[in-house]
Amino acid sequence: MSAGAPELEWRGVRKILGGRPVLDGLDLSLDAGRSLVIIGGSGQGKSVALKLALGLMRPDAGTVLFKGQSLPGLFNRRQSDLYRQSGVLFQGAALFDSLRVWEVVSFRLLYADNRPPALARDAAIEALAQVQLGPEVADLFPSELSGGMQKRVGLARAIVGAPRILFFDEPTTGLDPVTAASISRLIADQVMRLGCTAVTITHDLVSARTIADDIALLDGGRIAWQGGRADLDMTKDPRVRSMVEASMPTR
Amino acid sequence: MQQLVLAPFTIIGRLVIGVCAIVGALSLFVGRTLFACLTPRWHGGQIARQVVSIGFLSLPVVGLTAVFTGAALALNIYTGGGRFNAEQIVPQIVALGITRELAPVLVALMLSGRVATTIAAEIGAMRATEQIDAMRTLSTDPFRFLVAPRVLAGVATLPLLTGVADILGIGGGWLVSTLSLGFNPEAYARSTVAFLEAWDIQSGLIKAAAFGFIVTAMGAFHGYRATGGARGVGHAATQAMVWSGVLIFATDYLMTSWFTQT
Ligand SMILES: Nc1ncnc2c1ncn2[C@@H]1O[C@H](COP(=O)(O)OP(=O)(O)OP(=O)(O)O)[C@@H](O)[C@H]1O
Ligand SMILES: [Mg+2]
Repeated sequence: MSAGAPELEWRGVRKILGGRPVLDGLDLSLDAGRSLVIIGGSGQGKSVALKLALGLMRPDAGTVLFKGQSLPGLFNRRQSDLYRQSGVLFQGAALFDSLRVWEVVSFRLLYADNRPPALARDAAIEALAQVQLGPEVADLFPSELSGGMQKRVGLARAIVGAPRILFFDEPTTGLDPVTAASISRLIADQVMRLGCTAVTITHDLVSARTIADDIALLDGGRIAWQGGRADLDMTKDPRVRSMVEASMPTR
Repeated sequence: MQQLVLAPFTIIGRLVIGVCAIVGALSLFVGRTLFACLTPRWHGGQIARQVVSIGFLSLPVVGLTAVFTGAALALNIYTGGGRFNAEQIVPQIVALGITRELAPVLVALMLSGRVATTIAAEIGAMRATEQIDAMRTLSTDPFRFLVAPRVLAGVATLPLLTGVADILGIGGGWLVSTLSLGFNPEAYARSTVAFLEAWDIQSGLIKAAAFGFIVTAMGAFHGYRATGGARGVGHAATQAMVWSGVLIFATDYLMTSWFTQT
């Protein structure tokens, strides 16, 4: 392992989907303990970039590096290392619909770590409380929850078992502003207090300001702009400006 | 002109590449499935769940199929046997036909409708909603958690279901023979028992285990490859049923010709 290598890096990544390049020369890196927010228009390949970083899709060119080494294959040691340390929230929540909510949340503890069910259940209820869900949802099935509740169950599943690297795909979409703010604080807390590394995709610039150390704008298959949280309001980049202005209240 | 000459080669070439791709994907899938079935860790709870859903819940379907098939077989053999004054052969032929051939094949076909389609739809829907990706990121191998329990349950329960079908199928033949063909109930039962050899039953059960693998693995294979939302899931279910049916007949022929040689 090379010292000083970024925790996660996309290097010249190209991905063709449906016959057209969705990502084309994506270069982006992230140091340990930092929180990166990726913003960008709908359909610009943000979710695809996340799946490439997780090795759930393979790049057509370029590489994704985890701690300075590439993630090539299916049965790769480095890949299982990555999974062991990471928590992922998918855009569509991707809850296991045949299991009860508490089993979904503690899935990793139950089936990968072989924890006793009683312990796993307690951990699940604790994680649910962190995303503002009461213990009464623990015994429901995911299909019995609202969209926003499903999203929060997905978040609870991502943070259970103290992961070191967090991947969140639109964590606050579909939530009311109060819950969204508390979720943003929760994510910021994970990074600041627990020292996790986080990649968050969001359209919610309010939430981005809470979560981000660094912000990257994905446009046209590559990073079109990158800066710190404060740069968001200073930059003259027209694409960033239009996103910031569109999110302001109109008078 | 040149294109016209080359066209058949292009078509054949594409076909060959397509077939190779499917065969390659299938071999890889079967390899990973076998590895997950034969090495720890096994998810006991999931296996138990699948034994109930594949085995126990198939009992009514299997039972009805077997009784009616046995009864119809008896009627046919009675008329057929009548053409050379050999009506008395009914119990023996019914027993042989059911145990060696009809019970394993019909049970497997009913399960390719009931089980292969369900497995393909379940796994296909999980693929479409990224649940399989999510499972991988939670350090759990979907082959161990989803595929292996279903395949193991299929291989274990199909022989049991076939055993039930053996009994009920012979029972169906006995019922129609004694009620409407004028056989003596006791004599019919005695000639069945005296005639059957252990191998008649065993070979049927061995076939059933192979069919159990085919039905569940085909369901999982097509579900795992599903793309494109609800339509893809529907397509996967159809493909699973069609291909498990075809493979059941092909395997049945191969195994029968092998068993009858030795
Ligand atoms: N599995 C796939 N097959 C074909 N095309 C795909 C696939 N996944 C994504 N795409 C295409 O890639 C492009 C980027 O998709 P992606 O989901 O990454 O967008 P996004 O930036 O996350 O958008 P949103 O903000 O709406 O979630 C889209 O145009 C989509 O059509
Ligand atoms: Mg997306």
